[in-house]
Amino acid sequence: MSETHAQTVPFVRDTMLPPADPPVREAGAVRWLRENLFSGPLNTILTLLGGLIVWFLVSHFWDWFAHSVWNANSLAECRQIIAETWGEGARGACWAVIRERWNQYVYGFYPVELYWRPTMTFGLLFVALAPVLFSESVWIRRVVLVITTVLTLWLMVALGAPAAWLVFAAVVLVGAILISERHPAWLLVFSILYPLLGVWLLWGGSAWGPIMVLVGPVLGWIAWRLLGRVSSLIATIVALIVPLVWWIVFAGDAARDAESLVSLAIPAVDSDRFGGFLLSITIGVAGIAMSLPLGIVLALARRSDMFLVKTLAVIFIEFIRGVPLIALLFVASLLLNYFLPPGTTFDIILRVIIMVTLFSAAYMAEVIRGGLAALPRGQYEAADALGLDYWKAQRLIVLPQALKISIPGIVSTFIGMFKDTTLVTFVGLYDPLKSMSDAVRASTSWKGIYWEPYIFVGFIFFLICFCMSRYSMYLERRLHRDHR
Amino acid sequence: MKTSVFLGTVAAATLMAGAGMADTLADVKARGELNCGVNTGLVGFAAPDANGNWTGFDVDICKAVAAAVLGDPAKVKYVPTTGQTRFTALSSGEVDLLARNSTWTFSRDTDLKLDFIGVNYYDGQGFMVRKDLGVTSAKELDGATVCIQTGTTTELNLADYFKANNMTYQPVNIDSNAEGEQQYMAGACDAYTTDASGLAATRAAFADPENHIILPEIISKEPLGPAVRHGDNNWGDIVRWTLYALVAAEEYGITSKNIEELAKSSQNPEVQRLLGVTDDLGAMIGLDKDWAKRAILASGNYGEIFAANIGEQTPIGLARGLNAQWTQGGLMYAMPFR
Repeated sequence: MSETHAQTVPFVRDTMLPPADPPVREAGAVRWLRENLFSGPLNTILTLLGGLIVWFLVSHFWDWFAHSVWNANSLAECRQIIAETWGEGARGACWAVIRERWNQYVYGFYPVELYWRPTMTFGLLFVALAPVLFSESVWIRRVVLVITTVLTLWLMVALGAPAAWLVFAAVVLVGAILISERHPAWLLVFSILYPLLGVWLLWGGSAWGPIMVLVGPVLGWIAWRLLGRVSSLIATIVALIVPLVWWIVFAGDAARDAESLVSLAIPAVDSDRFGGFLLSITIGVAGIAMSLPLGIVLALARRSDMFLVKTLAVIFIEFIRGVPLIALLFVASLLLNYFLPPGTTFDIILRVIIMVTLFSAAYMAEVIRGGLAALPRGQYEAADALGLDYWKAQRLIVLPQALKISIPGIVSTFIGMFKDTTLVTFVGLYDPLKSMSDAVRASTSWKGIYWEPYIFVGFIFFLICFCMSRYSMYLERRLHRDHR
Repeated sequence: MKTSVFLGTVAAATLMAGAGMADTLADVKARGELNCGVNTGLVGFAAPDANGNWTGFDVDICKAVAAAVLGDPAKVKYVPTTGQTRFTALSSGEVDLLARNSTWTFSRDTDLKLDFIGVNYYDGQGFMVRKDLGVTSAKELDGATVCIQTGTTTELNLADYFKANNMTYQPVNIDSNAEGEQQYMAGACDAYTTDASGLAATRAAFADPENHIILPEIISKEPLGPAVRHGDNNWGDIVRWTLYALVAAEEYGITSKNIEELAKSSQNPEVQRLLGVTDDLGAMIGLDKDWAKRAILASGNYGEIFAANIGEQTPIGLARGLNAQWTQGGLMYAMPFR
């Protein structure tokens, strides 16, 4: 600034002006509306159309929702209450059916006095999942586990669980919280044992069954250690055969003998007592947990150079993807009986889980193959250049990146599979959406009710699927951090 | 449409089965449980309540057979079957007995290798319309839209009936009763057609039953009966005569209340034979002599079962009609116990 210039200016403000408010159209709600809803002609038209649709829906269904009845014992009573409160001819939702049949929707026909068992199993599911799903954040793990602990124990007390089991659950849950603070990896042991524990808790019977199943891999490991010094190939083969032989030949008798010596039995619950969300979640969780590893193996097999492996993988994947899930379920429930020797009882839920797993594994394999294909060739070559063998290269370099790319597809497959569990209705299992709702409608008190069960079940499915979808987005954000 | 191809395969496989499992009675006794195929949920006929206890008209047949064979009406495992799985479940051995409101037809009895052992409910297909439609006879339904459940005998009957009467109709396909009711209430179809028993139950559940009428025409015969596998005649005999025992019990006035007394005091030789007082009929079918007594005690005689589940005192409110005893002008006629 020059001096001449300074003298030519007649007035110089020596105080700052206070900041003025932005123009009305550039601030607050108005600005948000302008930017998001009315930013151009097309956007404006779409906004108006959307508004119209919302108004249409609300104006048609508002009175139905507003006149909801929660306390009634039959549809007739609901109608009477609605007519008395809102006048003749008024319509309203009768949610009382959900209230009265809530237990049935959640637990199916599970014995009432044992409701605490599925509840506890569900609670422990989060303990098993926490170290896998939230392996990096102590804070999230803590929150999840504390909430799980409080809710599980509270529900178990409310459902009248025996004291011994309350103590067991409390020890596991509180122990998990403490361990997860320092050594989250230790919790993975529980995650591995959880499937056996869950099966035992849900179906009951003797604990020796699952224990004897567990003995198989232990024997295999011992064999592997003993023979490892001789030859690693023989050791590996024997380590694979020993558990199979144990399971097929000895485990059943061993479990029976052990049971007759020391009884570890809890009341058994038959598969036909399962129903509602208990059934959906059991099938869904089992299918999800097994289809991911199987899908990975299939995807790798399909990209393998070995002709036989590759051909088998291609045939399996294309066959399963080409057949509707309902057809597979029919095979599981009906056709298998023709091939099995008469008198064999092969649990129907187990059959369905196997079919659902195979079905979603085929889709999973293709999703993961997409991830593998998206990896730059340099990554494979880099792994080779480092001198890693095939499994190490896959485990350390290829799969972590490929799986990360595939996350949205994987979670979509999970969500699709979970929703597909409602198809078990066609083989006579009580899925919550159709079979259970039809069973409820088949009672004379609730005959004629239509929308309420569908809306309720749809809402619960939405909640669960939305959580899965949110988790996948969280996972993507977490994994992408290092690339920014 | 791969499903239908697949179902065709299943049906073909069904034909090949049959002779494989011969001694159902021994299997059931060894298992200690009767596997009974029932509907997944049909009001009045078979439905699980909030605690998973099954009740209904068909369910009581299962209970009677279990009581006759195993001595305990509670020893039944109910296997819910859908319209698609019911016959395959029976022929594959998944169930020993199918009591699932299935219509006895020629092809099911022969081609599907089932044995219908009798009829426990004579049904027929009817129409329900709104009163303000002004229709009083099914003959006036020309050009109507009709809600019809797919894959059932009712679908074929409907086509036959309209063709025979030279009328046209517009079908609205539905999958289940609940959906049919909803479509009908929403005005998607002028008429709803299904078995008359189902129509009565549906109408009873409406908010305004007085505004709907069931047309007088019954356009088909729907004899609903329990079925067993072809090829095990002894097992078929057991189920057949258990059903007859229930029907005969009503005819002779034997109820679950007075059965013990009648067993001691009745002078009617037929009653004495039936209840195992004199002859040992049970031995002829591989059971003990109290088999019929236990079957009747399970949930009462045929009339009691009817009244408790679908009779006029229940919300479903079906009259006996064709299902009355032959002595009352109905079709229920038990063969002689001799």
